[in-house]
Amino acid sequence: MSSIYEEFSNIPESSMNEIKELTKGMDQSSRKKVLKRVSEEYEKAKINPGEAIGIITAESFGEPGTQMILRVFHFAGVAEMSLTLGLTRLIELFDARKSPSTPLTKIYLKHGYKTDVDKVKAIAASIKETKLKDISDEFSFNLTQFRIEVLLNKKEMKELKITETHVVNVLKESLKDLDVKDDNGTLRIKPKEKDSLSGLYKLKEKLKYAAIKGVKGVEQVTPVKQENEYIIYCTTDNLKDIFKVEGVDETKTTTNNPFVIADLLGIEAARKIIIDEAVEVIKNQGLDIDIRHIMFLADVMTNTGVIKGITRTGITSEKESVLARASFETPIKHIVNASLIGEVDNLNSVIENVMLNQPVPLGTGLPDLVATMKEDAVKGKKK
Amino acid sequence: MNYIYKKVGRISFGLLSPEIIKKMAVCKVVTPELYDREGYPVDGGLMDVRMGVIDPGLVCPTDGKKLRDCPGYFGYMELARPVVHVKYVDIIILTLRSFCRDCNKILITEEKLKDKKRTRKELLLFLKNAKKCPHCGSKQYSFKIEKPTSFVEGDRRLSTIEMQARFEKISDNELSMIGFDPKFFRPEWTILSNFPVPPVTMRPSITLETGERSEDDLTHKLSDIVRINQRLFENINAGAPEIIVEDLWDLLQYHITTYFDNAIASVPPARHRGGQPLKTLTERIKSKEGRFRYNLAGKRVNFSARTFITPDPRIRFNEVGVPLVIAMELTIPERVTEWNINYLRKFIENGSEIYPGVNYFYSIDGKKKKVTDGTKEQILEELQPGCIVERHLLNKDVVVFNRQPSLHRMSIMCHKIRIMPGKSFRLNPAVCTPYNADFDGDEMNLHVPQTEESRAEAEILMDVQTQLISPKNGLNIIGTTTDAISGNYLLTKYLKIDREEAIDILYSIGVKDFSNLKSTKTLDGKDIFSAILPDNLNFIGSSKEKKDVIIKNGKLTEGVIDKATIGEDNGTLIRRLYAVYGEDAGIELINKIFRLGIEILFRKGFTSSISDTDLSKDVLAKNKEKLSYVENKINETIDDYQKKKLELLPGMSAEQTVETLILRQLNQLRDKIGENVYENVSEDNPTIIMARSGARGNFLNLAQMAAMVGQQAMGESRINIGYKKRTLSLYKKGELSPESKGFIKDGYKQGLTPSEFFFHSITGRDSLMDTALRTPKSGYLYRRLANALQDMRIEYDNTVRDASGKIIQFNFGDDGLDVSKTEGGNVNIQRIVREVKANV
Repeated sequence: MSSIYEEFSNIPESSMNEIKELTKGMDQSSRKKVLKRVSEEYEKAKINPGEAIGIITAESFGEPGTQMILRVFHFAGVAEMSLTLGLTRLIELFDARKSPSTPLTKIYLKHGYKTDVDKVKAIAASIKETKLKDISDEFSFNLTQFRIEVLLNKKEMKELKITETHVVNVLKESLKDLDVKDDNGTLRIKPKEKDSLSGLYKLKEKLKYAAIKGVKGVEQVTPVKQENEYIIYCTTDNLKDIFKVEGVDETKTTTNNPFVIADLLGIEAARKIIIDEAVEVIKNQGLDIDIRHIMFLADVMTNTGVIKGITRTGITSEKESVLARASFETPIKHIVNASLIGEVDNLNSVIENVMLNQPVPLGTGLPDLVATMKEDAVKGKKK
Repeated sequence: MNYIYKKVGRISFGLLSPEIIKKMAVCKVVTPELYDREGYPVDGGLMDVRMGVIDPGLVCPTDGKKLRDCPGYFGYMELARPVVHVKYVDIIILTLRSFCRDCNKILITEEKLKDKKRTRKELLLFLKNAKKCPHCGSKQYSFKIEKPTSFVEGDRRLSTIEMQARFEKISDNELSMIGFDPKFFRPEWTILSNFPVPPVTMRPSITLETGERSEDDLTHKLSDIVRINQRLFENINAGAPEIIVEDLWDLLQYHITTYFDNAIASVPPARHRGGQPLKTLTERIKSKEGRFRYNLAGKRVNFSARTFITPDPRIRFNEVGVPLVIAMELTIPERVTEWNINYLRKFIENGSEIYPGVNYFYSIDGKKKKVTDGTKEQILEELQPGCIVERHLLNKDVVVFNRQPSLHRMSIMCHKIRIMPGKSFRLNPAVCTPYNADFDGDEMNLHVPQTEESRAEAEILMDVQTQLISPKNGLNIIGTTTDAISGNYLLTKYLKIDREEAIDILYSIGVKDFSNLKSTKTLDGKDIFSAILPDNLNFIGSSKEKKDVIIKNGKLTEGVIDKATIGEDNGTLIRRLYAVYGEDAGIELINKIFRLGIEILFRKGFTSSISDTDLSKDVLAKNKEKLSYVENKINETIDDYQKKKLELLPGMSAEQTVETLILRQLNQLRDKIGENVYENVSEDNPTIIMARSGARGNFLNLAQMAAMVGQQAMGESRINIGYKKRTLSLYKKGELSPESKGFIKDGYKQGLTPSEFFFHSITGRDSLMDTALRTPKSGYLYRRLANALQDMRIEYDNTVRDASGKIIQFNFGDDGLDVSKTEGGNVNIQRIVREVKANV
């Protein structure tokens, strides 16, 4: 049975599985016929050596780019959770900006958590960053004692399952040199060293934004039901801390910042994120660009092991040719630097040869003809 | 024509040393004068003929060539005092910091250099922070750049002479330690003591109508430099006080700085008398209008034409109608051989005024001659194998056709010429899509390839029929459009045509064999369609309405032809024809289908008119009813919201909930009214036929015309701009009613109320703004992508590599398929299985 499949080794596995599925119940000879036809079509559709695939990919993005809407804020079913899509996001992605304008993490939960509404809500609450001002009613100065008094909101605290002792401990740990005491719902905070009045005021502002609970930087958390399970969306790219939260499925949870992914999960994962994000944008705009182009572009961006943007400081700066770099942006800089080390341009790429009116090493310009000239042929015969 | 077949192998970069500057110079420039009293360039002046000639008639003494042939040669100038090259200021400071001020050795010991590996950046940082020379122990000071060209050591300004002296003592070996190649670059060369004067040919003067000469900006700048340099010389020789010499020195530095770059922030730009800044070297090279992007990367060509385009559905997809005047201006060179000499003689006999004729003639010794009535006789005598004749364009000549912006490869395709009267290029409307062209005044370009190789490449790689499927997504970008679709739709769905007329129609589109046509008196439309299909065609597909379309042995037996089978983007029948019969026969068949559709409409008539949007009283009443029902429901929602009884949607505030609910209901209303219109419009309504066949428009367009335009959305919400808490002053503050937020309850035919009209123009303007802002952004993204990826290619081992041979992918897209050879990106296994099952 398996032997007839092995005969056609040029068919990829996924197609092979599709054939197996579709030819169920067919006799052997017609199955072989199918395989032969598929194999032939694969052979026919093979890309030609010399094909200028880079330009084709660039065109495939550039042409639909003119049809994209500039900025679409798509709400992921939830208010205040906006997501930059459209051309803006695509540019951001290909520029390899260190942080996206709208970070978003999609948290998948482990078995035993993902279907339980209460557990999901508990996790969501534990992820959301709670600041001292969120759980307190009033910040006031007590100047006679030179201290700050914080009136805690017990109702809010109960909802978030925060105890007074927890608050005290967290504050003691995060802000050093403080004397923190809890007096039945009122925190009395005194700096260990006596400071000026303005110093006390600054301390008050600091206290307001002191993190009590949750993952740093997470402002919005929303659980959404998706096909029998809950997933949690939150506006952050702090994946590292989210992985530490109990119940989070690290194998599926992702964020839209490829740099974070590269740090945490490696460059291959980052490549995947770039692909997924680009696909998302393109789909959202109702456009159709083949996945191969997107994969190729992601490979170009990540093949050195770090994420490189499609910018003059990114990929273009890696080019071997001085003239190719100079023709893109900041030509003077490139020429001056080339002179320092006596750089040599071997004219291997396209643009330098265009400049010199020579054939470019792509497509029909790639092959050289090696021919024995008449005289040589005669000489050869004599030998 | 004596071509020298040489290829540039490589280009190396480096900095010129003073010795090389002197050696490569053909003259020394010593005087700021340009011309003598007779207007002849002065010897030793900036326009010295030895540096090249720019006047007709003069001969360059250096190479004995005349204007145009003489490439020009460098001169030089000896500077009275050395001066800093602005572009190397950063390099100078780096060098100063890296070497000892006394012993000129690198500020690190060999042991230290060895014991730890450092990047160049780390090494430079280490050297910068060295306080003491490890070799001679002398104290090192900190250096500062005093913008733009002065250097301060500690608090003492360094003179260029001093720096030069220091740099000269640095050893080659130590220079290479900080990443310089001493063969091509030594730091003392960044301080100019000999100054290269560029060839006259790169700064030609223009003679004005008045006979006055206007010099190039560079010449102006250079004459400033010569003048100050001479004055500096004189003052030094005369033993002038130090202050005067210093001042002149600084002035010389200023002029040389602005000669290199006239846009440095801390330097006031040198200006013309009129006040506009001079364009000096850096400005010549930089930016879009600079040498690189304008002249080197952008080429201009001959043998091209440009005019406006008009449609002609009766020419083939791969043809282009060319006006006779253009055909007589553009030419194709043909080499005379003994086999075509008589054929070409006829062209010469016609001359250049009668079509088809010849414009130029190259005799056997390569002399170019214009063909006129006077020279014709002589040329005919000279005609022999080996000559070249530049003849007018003929039908079926190969040309390359293009419309800008050339965003993808289908923007430049190869067509066959068809000479036509008139002044416009004619093209088949089906190729509008790849070019993104319309006929509202678009112009297009036509290029005539001049060699056999280029014609062969154009035909094999760029022909319209080879570009049918887009490499972007594997769908066909060329297909039949508009009238051709509605024509075929009507034909295959409704029409019955008399045999005589059918034959007439088919004959007019080029069918000559009617033996397969049924012999009944009236023919079904499907039979007529089948008449143009090859007998061995078998096809199973589905129509736009998801019904089967079956062609068996070249006969359309079931189904209707519409956009899904012969249209753009996924015309399954088009793909089938293309796959089975190949590019050339395939395009011919598609062409016939197109012509058939057009011809049907020509004969049967097809008009979209205002009465298409007429609705019966019933429908209008029903629409009104629906409208008031929804309005009531929305009022209830608003009421609930105001009474704070509204049930909130998950994750939303009350305001957002009410907005979402209203918007949802309004959109549902528009869809419902659309359905209502659609259900009650007669089937032969031309607008409906167009929408249903996929030729143009959709049902929503009709509903918007006939009944209701619907909600005007900005972004994803209702219109929410204007006054405080309201859009227009006639509404109450905080009003939420549909009409106050851009809901248009009338159709275009009934007309819009003033506020509706206003809301409509808000969204219209918004989308215009979006387009205007988007175009440059996406253009820049495209430029960057193209620049980054242009060298990537498939190698013979199927890997994808860049110009330096670095592997990007081992197999393009993991399976090594060319998207433009696939069906929507895949090999269609389902289709193959179905075909095998049907034993096709």
